[in-house]
Amino acid sequence: MKEKRLINRRRAIFTGLTSAGALLLSSCLKKAPPTYGSILRMGDDLTYIAQRGLLSQRALVMEYQQSDITSFPVTDIGDPANPASGKIYNKEYEALLKTDFKDWALTIEGAVAKPGKYTLDQLKKLGERTQITRHSCEEGWSAIAQWTGVPLAALLKDAGVLASARYVSFYGFDKYAESIDMLDALHPQTILAHQMNSETIPARNGAPLRLRVETQIGYKSVKYVQRIVVTEQFVDPAKDIADGWSWYNGI
Amino acid sequence: MSASQSIKTETIRHKGWVKGAHFVITFAFLALLISGYVILMSHPRLYWGKAGNDLTPALFELPISRNYHHGGWEKAIPFKNLHGSQVSAARTYDIFNENGWGRSTHFLAAWFLIITGLIYLLAGIFSGHFRRDLAPGPGEFSLKLFWSDLIANFRKQSSGSGKYGLLQKITYLTVIFFLFPVVILTGFAMSPAIAANYPFLLIIFFGHQSARTIHFFAAVLLLLFFLVHLIMVIRTGFKQNLWAITFGK
Repeated sequence: MKEKRLINRRRAIFTGLTSAGALLLSSCLKKAPPTYGSILRMGDDLTYIAQRGLLSQRALVMEYQQSDITSFPVTDIGDPANPASGKIYNKEYEALLKTDFKDWALTIEGAVAKPGKYTLDQLKKLGERTQITRHSCEEGWSAIAQWTGVPLAALLKDAGVLASARYVSFYGFDKYAESIDMLDALHPQTILAHQMNSETIPARNGAPLRLRVETQIGYKSVKYVQRIVVTEQFVDPAKDIADGWSWYNGI
Repeated sequence: MSASQSIKTETIRHKGWVKGAHFVITFAFLALLISGYVILMSHPRLYWGKAGNDLTPALFELPISRNYHHGGWEKAIPFKNLHGSQVSAARTYDIFNENGWGRSTHFLAAWFLIITGLIYLLAGIFSGHFRRDLAPGPGEFSLKLFWSDLIANFRKQSSGSGKYGLLQKITYLTVIFFLFPVVILTGFAMSPAIAANYPFLLIIFFGHQSARTIHFFAAVLLLLFFLVHLIMVIRTGFKQNLWAITFGK
């Protein structure tokens, strides 16, 4: 009559583990980006949760030698300074480029104590990091360059990022945008670069300021950064997910 | 018909977990193969070394999409403060790129492959399946036997003893313990977040683009195995073999 018992040890362990797993999973899923019912986006979320759970978020990506620097293709959505670029064209950007970004300033707003603007000189005073890293494009190619810039963590600290902040969005003059979570935002190698290969960033490589998210695939590293918005809620500013792309790209 | 009937005297009886793993891995592999090909189509150039792109020399190029030799580049601009010949150039060509679903399908299928593969590996070790059915026995380790097995294979003879032949064992072992681990680890090496945690992956495969090239060749060998495996399955009685690996007792 052993089988009639409502619960035995094996079943208790199994049930316990299953419900613990379900609890863990549901709390993780609440934090995961929306999937809109797409099985592919569910896979993306699984990868996101697994990478966040299984990998150290402080590990640094490999840094290279000066002699490893390669040529660097520009494969973005278009030149914001060129009227022929259509929707990507930005008159304000064209004017700023003509005056060497003299009047350019970065806007930071949202879940920060001190929203406002930073000129390039003000940004440079916040700190500097130089790194020779690899840019890996989702297309399959990669390129190595040296980047000098302000650690994003230093800017967030200066702007008084709120404890409740969870995501950081970057908006470019080319109307491209991306968001990253706070773990990648505070990663020591996540910088806002103003120099590439020891010169002011060339226009088409993202002048005057571009994001470098070294722990993710290339398309997260927004060029021509105009505005940063810190949020508590998840935002997908370029509609990666709705357009059929993965929002998280640590893989 | 008569040839195939004379070959199969006894079919191997597969365990339930072997059948289940074989089923999941087959479909995961096919999904990985197709999505991998789609990903390759968006950049059909392969390199050797730490990095490589359209502005650096390729190891070889594959004529598999409109991106092959597209040549749509603006004038190259050299970097002012570099001593080498590195340049930057903007692309003007609208490339083929279906990586939105290609990449996500690839990684979703990879989850099925890795989780099922791990279960299969553990079950294979602890049930004695690998030792009993796959590891060549002490008497099997002879060049003569290997040779006769090879000749028998090309003469389209099969032992039909209900056990794996030596050649078959070596092939399965290579696929399970060499090709799949290599294809998975080179895949990991290409992931920025995984490679940050395990930089040795970039070192053992000679860099990001070398890992990509090795990934490609390992996948080609797996495809080759898949095709040969399919031919052997058909040659030794397709229906019976298919039944044995799926629902058969």
